[in-house]
Amino acid sequence: MLRPFSRLSRLSPLSRWAVSRRALSRWTVALPVALALGLSGCGSSEPAGPAAAPTGGARQAKELTVFAAASLTGTFTDLGKHFEAAHPGTSVKFNFGSSATLAQQIAQGAPADVFAAASPATMKTVTDASLAASPTTFVRNKLEIAVPKDNPAKVDDLQDLTDPKVKVALCAEQVPCGAAAVKALDAAGLKVKPVTLEQDVKATLTKVELGEVDAALVYRTDVIASAGKVQGIAFPEADKAINDYPIAALAKAPAGDLAKQFVDLVLSPQGKDVLTKAGFEGP
Amino acid sequence: MLLVPALAGLAFLVLPLAGLLVRAPWSTLPARLAEPYVLEALRLSLVTATVATAMSLLLGVPLAWLLARVDFPGRRLVRALVTVPLVLPPVVGGVALLLVLGRRGLIGQWLESAFGITLPFTTAGVVVAEAFVAMPFLVISVEGALRAADRRYEEAAATLGASRWTVFRRVTLPMVMPGVVAGAVLCWARALGEFGATITFAGNFPGTTRTMPLAVYLALETEPEAAIVLSLVLLAVSVVILAGLRDRWVSAP
Amino acid sequence: MTLHARLVVTRPAFTLDIALDVRAGEVVALLGPNGAGKTTALRALAGLVALSKGEIVLDGHPLHTLAPEQRPIGMVFQNYLLFPHLSALDNVAFGPRCQGASKAEARRTAAALLERVGLADRAAARPRQLSGGQAQRVALARALAVRPELLLLDEPLAALDAHTRLEVRSELRRHLADFGGATVLVTHDPLDAMVLADRLVVIENGAIVQQGAPAEVARHPRTDYVARLVGLNLYRGVADGTRVKAGELLLHTSEHLDGAAFVAFPPAAVALYRSRPDGSPRNLWQARIDGIERHGDNVRVHLEGPVTAFADITPAAVADLDLTPGQTIWASVKATETHAYPA
Repeated sequence: MLRPFSRLSRLSPLSRWAVSRRALSRWTVALPVALALGLSGCGSSEPAGPAAAPTGGARQAKELTVFAAASLTGTFTDLGKHFEAAHPGTSVKFNFGSSATLAQQIAQGAPADVFAAASPATMKTVTDASLAASPTTFVRNKLEIAVPKDNPAKVDDLQDLTDPKVKVALCAEQVPCGAAAVKALDAAGLKVKPVTLEQDVKATLTKVELGEVDAALVYRTDVIASAGKVQGIAFPEADKAINDYPIAALAKAPAGDLAKQFVDLVLSPQGKDVLTKAGFEGP
Repeated sequence: MLLVPALAGLAFLVLPLAGLLVRAPWSTLPARLAEPYVLEALRLSLVTATVATAMSLLLGVPLAWLLARVDFPGRRLVRALVTVPLVLPPVVGGVALLLVLGRRGLIGQWLESAFGITLPFTTAGVVVAEAFVAMPFLVISVEGALRAADRRYEEAAATLGASRWTVFRRVTLPMVMPGVVAGAVLCWARALGEFGATITFAGNFPGTTRTMPLAVYLALETEPEAAIVLSLVLLAVSVVILAGLRDRWVSAP
Repeated sequence: MTLHARLVVTRPAFTLDIALDVRAGEVVALLGPNGAGKTTALRALAGLVALSKGEIVLDGHPLHTLAPEQRPIGMVFQNYLLFPHLSALDNVAFGPRCQGASKAEARRTAAALLERVGLADRAAARPRQLSGGQAQRVALARALAVRPELLLLDEPLAALDAHTRLEVRSELRRHLADFGGATVLVTHDPLDAMVLADRLVVIENGAIVQQGAPAEVARHPRTDYVARLVGLNLYRGVADGTRVKAGELLLHTSEHLDGAAFVAFPPAAVALYRSRPDGSPRNLWQARIDGIERHGDNVRVHLEGPVTAFADITPAAVADLDLTPGQTIWASVKATETHAYPA
């Protein structure tokens, strides 16, 4: 039993694989490897799963876990610091990610206290499962046209995106920014053929930053967060596709009252101030 | 002694797959499979993974030969560089590809102005992204086989008047064929599952760049059940193809 | 097709430096202990090892400037190195194909050669399906298929068992006799060398220590290695008429010589006695038995004393004399059984 083991251990796993025809009879090994590789593609860019959330233990003491949409990363991190300052001994942990993914994690039992989603639809997943009651809309986000700094395609308005020579990136319909884009374009009665449907708003923005596309529809907050790397162009139809961001303390919140207090902070004038500075609009 | 960790390892690898099977929405499975976007993504995945593997063979086998057979300064460094895509997060690999082959990239810029070729958001771009991530598997596998191969056969061929190219084609290559096949299969499997580099470099559009893993990821956003179905399809197809290849190659002399 | 070569290969701990001339049709065997450099010499001739210095000239054309594949050589390797993925026929056809023959033409040539080595019926077999003797013959056919001007054989019989070896050796001798070019073969087996070669070149530590016709080398060994190979006791000494002073022993010989000389005699010529024999033969010395072993039908006794010597005696004599290691006995050799020649 030991002999083959020591022989193999001299070679790297891959070269061992390659050296002999006998390796080919080891498909039983190869298959799970291949499959694991296949699935790792998804895993690698997914946000941290439930396992990444804090577990049990010190939770009763003073730990608050907030699941929030990726577009809230900057503002909520700030608010978390305010909250910790106002509640000494409390620490706030965030799990930022795609709202849909977060909603599923909560539905699968992830130990979260607060959920802030980028769309009512994703919040609905959680309320439907009776995991939260009465969410409140705390901000609204508007789409803007993002173009590279030098605006090579000379895009001025939504109409320009229909030009087949203009390369456009949109978010996929399955994610909130994509749903909003569809709504806005429908409202304008325009048909745009994008070259890509990105998996989230950050990826869409990256394509603009790198100049791979001439224009994209992203949130106004993302344009502001890009700190000048892209140029934002407001358009009137954006008002027809405003994204409501609901927030709710979760029914099974392990941190109990702290969850409600955090929601209150977000809804307070102080919270509003932080959010407005980042480009969000009040509800 | 070894059996317990071996079985634990097997369980670790196989149980998640079992989870997929258990949770699969069997009742709605036929209806979901019949949806055109499933077949479209599957076809695209198979075609791009296969072309990416062909491209990897074309470029990777000579590269493996160079690393295994030609002594040049800095060979160790080059070998390390070849494995970079293995450790690089695929998304970063995709960004790197954009920086080089994108519309404003070092080479991409020139490709567009000289030939009017743009790779991002095209099926060719998917192939490039998949080959970038998957080729190291092939190179490492073939290089290992070349190093393990008995070079005296190549000398024998040389004394019979065979040029370097003939030696490679008629002696070296047939002798390392098992390694090439193993490497190509690994490469193909990796390309089939490629997600990060593909979505970053080639984007995501049905029919041109939305491969199965991308479809799975997007389905997860709204319809986890559909994602499971898509994953099962990917799984079934790879099992069938890999098992088929195995029979073909094990019966070969 | 005359080969003229001076081969110098310098390695960190070893230098090969030999001159080699082989006439057309001649078979020269490079004989030597392991590590002497004989295989290196052969590989240098083939171009598989680069010369540090020297030249290889075949029929007035320099060879050492050419890559292996451009040299008009055929080589049979020690383990034959038949391509495992090709049939016997395609192995033999490989060379002609490389020389530009069409597939059909190359296969015709190969089939004819396989026929010649008696393997027409094994043409379709893969190398691993061939016996050792068959593989050796395919390897020879493959080397001859390129119609070489210089044939190189590296330990052509070493991989064979004793019985097959006997058969293949005589067959190989016949094929080598038919071959018109120069042949260089490497072996560490004196019998192979004696049977196959017209001339022996003995190499030790990278240099030639002796060369000549097999019979000549066998009769007049000049190093301990050659003496052991041909089975003679050999001493170097100083001759004065019919006496040669070898170490502490004065040996009487039948030849007249003066100056540095070798004295050789076969182990069978040594007689052993428990006590000093009567009549006192002229070459007599006292020795200690260092070891006793079987040697063919006889027993070989290792003797230590004024000279180291081997004595071959019959098993019956061992019993009669009641020989045991460590024992001291008397040894003698008749002057007429010794052979002295200038060193």
